[in-house]
Amino acid sequence: MTPARRGLTALLALLLAWVVAYPLLIVALESVRGQHGEWTLAYFQRFLAEPREWRALWASLWTSVASVGLAAVLGVPLAFLFERYEFPGRRLIGALVALPAVLPPLVGVIAFLFLYGETGFIARLVQAVLRLEEPPWRLEGAWAILLVHAYSMYVYFYLFTRAGLAQLDHAALEAAQSLGADRWRTLRRVTLPLLAPSLKGAALLTFMTALASFSAPYIFGGGFRVMTTQIVFTRLNGEYGMAMVQTVVLSLLGLAGLWLAGGGATVARAGGKGVAPRPQPIASPALRLLATIGGWTLGVFLLLPHATLVLLSFVPVGTWTVETFPPAYTVANYVQLLTEPTRLRPLGNSLWMATLATVVAMAVAVAVGLLATRKRAPLAGLVERLIAVPWLVPGTVFAVALASAFSVHAPWVARIILVGTVWILPLAYVIRNLPLAGRAVLAGFRALDPSVEEAAHSLGAGRWRTLRRVTLPLLRPALAAGATLAFVTALGDFVVSIILYTYDTRPLSLEILSSLRQGDVGVAAAYGVLLMLLSALVFALGSEREVVAR
Amino acid sequence: MSYLVLDGLTRRFGAETGVFGLGLGVEQGGILALLGPSGSGKTTTLRMLGGFERPDAGRILVGTEDVTALRPERRHFGMVFQHYALFPHLDVGENVAFGLESRGVGGSEAARRVREALALVDLAGFERRPVAALSGGQQQRVALARALAPEPRVLLLDEPLSNLDPALRERTRRELRALIRRVGITTVIVTHEQEDAFDLADRVAVLAQGKLEQLGTPEELYRHPATPFVGRFIGRSSWIGGTVLPDAADGVGAVVVEGARWRVRLEAGRPLVPGPCALLLRPEGVAFTTDAARGVPATVTDRRYAGASTFYLAQTAGGVLLEIAAPGAAAVVGQAVRVAPVVEPAGPGDGVHLFPPGPA
Repeated sequence: MTPARRGLTALLALLLAWVVAYPLLIVALESVRGQHGEWTLAYFQRFLAEPREWRALWASLWTSVASVGLAAVLGVPLAFLFERYEFPGRRLIGALVALPAVLPPLVGVIAFLFLYGETGFIARLVQAVLRLEEPPWRLEGAWAILLVHAYSMYVYFYLFTRAGLAQLDHAALEAAQSLGADRWRTLRRVTLPLLAPSLKGAALLTFMTALASFSAPYIFGGGFRVMTTQIVFTRLNGEYGMAMVQTVVLSLLGLAGLWLAGGGATVARAGGKGVAPRPQPIASPALRLLATIGGWTLGVFLLLPHATLVLLSFVPVGTWTVETFPPAYTVANYVQLLTEPTRLRPLGNSLWMATLATVVAMAVAVAVGLLATRKRAPLAGLVERLIAVPWLVPGTVFAVALASAFSVHAPWVARIILVGTVWILPLAYVIRNLPLAGRAVLAGFRALDPSVEEAAHSLGAGRWRTLRRVTLPLLRPALAAGATLAFVTALGDFVVSIILYTYDTRPLSLEILSSLRQGDVGVAAAYGVLLMLLSALVFALGSEREVVAR
Repeated sequence: MSYLVLDGLTRRFGAETGVFGLGLGVEQGGILALLGPSGSGKTTTLRMLGGFERPDAGRILVGTEDVTALRPERRHFGMVFQHYALFPHLDVGENVAFGLESRGVGGSEAARRVREALALVDLAGFERRPVAALSGGQQQRVALARALAPEPRVLLLDEPLSNLDPALRERTRRELRALIRRVGITTVIVTHEQEDAFDLADRVAVLAQGKLEQLGTPEELYRHPATPFVGRFIGRSSWIGGTVLPDAADGVGAVVVEGARWRVRLEAGRPLVPGPCALLLRPEGVAFTTDAARGVPATVTDRRYAGASTFYLAQTAGGVLLEIAAPGAAAVVGQAVRVAPVVEPAGPGDGVHLFPPGPA
């Protein structure tokens, strides 16, 4: 451990503590401070006395738990179907199945609105078929939120379960069979217990995502408030002290979930080197047909929202009123979006801010990787924990924390004014990206065989040459994965942006929202399509590099 | 009358790989080893026996019952997997009890049989240990106890010793042999190690490319290899080409090997075909000689001391490397020697085997 390394680690720890931990601390402090700086529990008392606050808290909790249940019910059986059985279209649909999770939440939400909303495609269709006077339903409230959550979050269960199944020691399943256990008993006594860590991971991720979910409650919630939307509306009303209390409570709820999930003992893995079996063809023709039809129906269901978005982006403003299908099509929406400077601005904003945030987050992640996985610096553990923190607290909480910490000019307590400047959003994106980038890069570092670097050193390569010629090229898949996730998340961010944006830095998501509010459905859809295409493009680039690196 | 019968068992994975028309039988209480290199189909055969792989053709019989179509859980065969496949989320006792529970044995009866099974493998009192806390050898014994506890009809062992280090391997092999014999269960073992097969099994089936090459006792395989493959795969051997002369009498023929003339006795019932042939020589079947008529001229290129005897490598004028086991002071590296069979005429039991020419 050289002094330089130690100094670097300390500096990194300090910087991260300043932008990650400090704002959260300020929120905690301000929740117990009055307008004149005195200590007070008044806001907490008001929070506890207010039935509306309890309702929002309860709503956050139960919708999150229900989201976990729905996502599991959809995702786990799908994972078994796609991992274990062969049927026509398995590969194609298997790839599509992950789609809802990789697209920006806001895009999914507005696509849902256009598809299932009261003036949406399906509603119109039902109305026309049944010759109803009124739209058959309103997409609003808790069930609308749960529908969107189920749609986007089952992917976690699906991916985690598939990964778990793929690395399951298949011999253990055969052992159970040879010991006389039938399929059901094998599933109950062996497969599910062995999958428990994966299922728990998926449940935790779903719970935290649902708890932090903002786009769906914001668009569909109506009078139904959850904590995230409650915080934003409270701030909008200027009740900052109350917003701080709500923020603290929401963080505590998240931490409680985390603590519950982490409480159980992890299952020991024995040294089985099981080989995943090839998917079995489904023997019964009837079942195979059923699986195929089910699979393709699922594929259509998954793609329908995005297809609707594309369709709507070609509809001229105000032409689609009562017809089932739009009567006219145009590219005017895209032309408008790409030629009018005020329309073009958000696209540029989102691109530069996402790029900057990705580059910075990746640089920090690589630095942390170098410091935390090689000869461990004393503060490395702290640094590693700090970059994971933004994952533990909902985006709304972080946005509120940054908004509070950096809206005061007080350099002597390390507070400067960033709110209202162009720097606050990129900073927020960086922080939000740290866990994504960090996890991917750290996993890459840990998978790296240290003896490869030692070999480079013994062949005379210095530290920089080794990093440049050996370490980074080997990390390329991990770097590509981390950068892709970070970029797409920042590009489509809504939850943080709505709290911290300024007119000059308004990103795509807010432009979508304001277009929607002004009735420019076509333009909003066109923005959504653009965001979708950009995300897809980045994912395609990211995965292509992965292939090259092998 | 065989208890376990494999009748024309076939499983194709392609034109070349799989198992093709395998026929074998094991007596009640007999121990059969399936021995072969990787890709010989021995693991596929074991998996068909276990019910994890459906044969394309052929039958598997236990006694008079056809079990070919029976699912693994109905077959009542015990299997010990190569990497043991212990259930990591269950402790030792629960692992062993698993098969008993599946067959509806519970309560004190199950506890008693778990205790017995663990005592059998010398792990009495290990019931509540987590499996991750066991050594490799202990894990293997738990796997064995787990397979034996439900008292299966047949025991299947997949490479039972491949995961153990050499020191442990020797001891485990001895214990395993004693245990299987004590239990008296009909057993099939898959291994690619000749030593394991010879030590554990009464009879060994040598497989190559999905077909049975030879079935026999270890001694039969070594002393009377039926095919060049078995000769090469079992024990140490050198190969040299020769020409069989037409004048044969009483199953003894003359073979010209690089100018020297050897008299070779054939395996009983095998015809002597004049013309080119391939000779398999065991190291102990050949020796240095001074007889110019019988000895193939060669130069000693390497000498390796191995305790009981010393192994020499000698290169003939034709460029063939021969391995010779001889006393320690028989020759030095670089010395010009002559090599000939120890016994005259040399027969199959003497470490000299005559085969038709071919890719040896």
